Amino acid sequence: MKITVRLFATFRENREKESTIETAPGTKVEDVVRTFNIPPEDVAIIMINGRGKTLKDVLSEGDVLALFPPVGGG
Amino acid sequence: MMKFIRVDMTTLSSTTTDVPEKYAGLGGRALTSNFVNDEVKASCHPLGRNNKLIIAPGLLSGTSAPNSGRISVGAKSPLTGTIKESNSGGSSSQMLAKMGIKALVIEGMPKGDKFYIIKVAMDGVTIEEAPEKILNGCGNYDAIKILNEKYGDHVGMALAGPAGEYRMPSANISFKDPDGNMRSAGRGGLGAVLGSKKVKGIVIDPTGAGNVPIADPEAFQAASKVFAKALLDHPVAGQGLAAYGTDVLVNILNEAGGLPAHNFTAGRIDHNDNISGETMNATISERGGEGKVSHGCHKGCIIRCSQWYADKQGKYITSGFEYETIWGLGADAGIKSLDAIAYIDRAMDDVGVDSIETAVAVATAMEGGLIPWGDGEAVLKIVKGIAKGEPLSRIIAGGTAIVGKVCGLYRVPVVKDQGIPAYDPRAVKGIGLTYATTTMGADHTAGYCISGNILKVGADLDPLKKDGQIEYARAMQIGTAAVDSTGMCLFVYFGIADNPAGYQALIDMINAQYGISLTSADVDELGKSVLKVELEFNRKAGFTNLDDRLPEFMEYEPIAPHNVVWDFTPEEIDEVMKF
Repeated sequence: MKITVRLFATFRENREKESTIETAPGTKVEDVVRTFNIPPEDVAIIMINGRGKTLKDVLSEGDVLALFPPVGGG
Repeated sequence: MMKFIRVDMTTLSSTTTDVPEKYAGLGGRALTSNFVNDEVKASCHPLGRNNKLIIAPGLLSGTSAPNSGRISVGAKSPLTGTIKESNSGGSSSQMLAKMGIKALVIEGMPKGDKFYIIKVAMDGVTIEEAPEKILNGCGNYDAIKILNEKYGDHVGMALAGPAGEYRMPSANISFKDPDGNMRSAGRGGLGAVLGSKKVKGIVIDPTGAGNVPIADPEAFQAASKVFAKALLDHPVAGQGLAAYGTDVLVNILNEAGGLPAHNFTAGRIDHNDNISGETMNATISERGGEGKVSHGCHKGCIIRCSQWYADKQGKYITSGFEYETIWGLGADAGIKSLDAIAYIDRAMDDVGVDSIETAVAVATAMEGGLIPWGDGEAVLKIVKGIAKGEPLSRIIAGGTAIVGKVCGLYRVPVVKDQGIPAYDPRAVKGIGLTYATTTMGADHTAGYCISGNILKVGADLDPLKKDGQIEYARAMQIGTAAVDSTGMCLFVYFGIADNPAGYQALIDMINAQYGISLTSADVDELGKSVLKVELEFNRKAGFTNLDDRLPEFMEYEPIAPHNVVWDFTPEEIDEVMKF
């Protein structure tokens, strides 16, 4: 299945900010995170299709996964 | 003994006394709000002679505590008609505290059209006629240069820009920063109150000021070290804010579907990466020259969320280039160029208007057909026109609610006539409760529920669900009222929200400075007491729980992509301020 992965802030350093990847059904967020060589503990905010998720959540065909390191403002 | 200064603009005289006993233990917002509630006639016209303006450093200002240089300005707001505390960086807070000045009150108003400069020095207060050159449309950047020449580079300043002189409801007060640029007490039109009193500016000369007395210097140093470490060790307070500024939020809110776009008709945009914090960081880095990715708004700031944004030639355009401004012009008004937004940001600082209120008013005016959507050049011209008092410029500087009325719109994003910033309450429910219930009119900084709803700092709530939001919005508003009283930058919250030792260090610093023994429960009570006096003032000014409501359109216009509406009941909303 195909999913879109969007990376933000420091995760963009030496990585594409957006990519579409082919992955097996049942793939979890943490599997994708590892694929991008991001240490899972560095991921602070995870969204799938704009909804907050965790490393253990399973992806589906066509999902947009967004990964953020700890960031804030106001 | 600290001093309490009152300047009476009716008689052009001042008195300096010891601090009234009631205010001795207060600082920042706790002091300004208590004072306004005690002394300002709640039913007064904000631009009339019975309003009073008070400027106060926080409890820890002037010390070596990191990030303690914020200043509070209080008065009845010409924008909202409520009590107002507007908070700013710059150099003035540290200077006033070191000079032993607890607060500066400006009251009354003179006869005639002359504008004045209030000069505060160690040997007293003088009231002088303002130089002609800085009046009638002179921008803040030039005014600071002219006043620097007259009074010396070392002085601090608080200025009413042209918008303040013209008493516009969105006029801010600009505080000179350590580099001679400015930071703003932006919200609520307090620059218009200064202007109504014919005060063009306050010049603070700290020559001869000593150090702030510390009851237990060793304990203070120890606590300050723990506190600094808590800030620097936290990935947001220590690194994230310095690298990307607050503008990093564009992409986060866009992903979350909570980035209000096209006057609050959508929750996402496609051009997010034109205006994101990542792009700002890359642009500043690539251009070099005077640009700086990180910059502190006051001496002692170690978070450094600000920056200097430079043009293609590397020449400074603006600083303190914040997410809410960029959101308002970039997403809500659809201006797709970060450079165009930067020039407008500079112009807003220069004429002295709140960059949130103005940006929201601009987007509302676009819906109303007064300005073409996304037209940055037109907006720049209109903002610059505020300095000349041009009619359309005055309408925009009247604020969002006025623009909505002038344009005959129902979709007017305000609470208590103050423009709603940067986070859509339908898609981030916690912040909606803050907007609805804060004593200030829609204000994200009054209880920043984005933290637990979106950023997952300090709490973890589902932004689309009601669960836990009432308690969270209440706790955040109470905590914020306390932090706003310390002189601390609100962003210290990121460093201490999940770090009990860091939070304790903040309390320990206050205890060591004043030789007292506050507990965290006392700090909580301080926050509650501040909100209570603010609520009391607003009640006396005619506000009820029925004013604690979001604009009605949010109840029946769903926002994409989550297609959600604002669905808290009035009874639920009213629970927030019950404590």
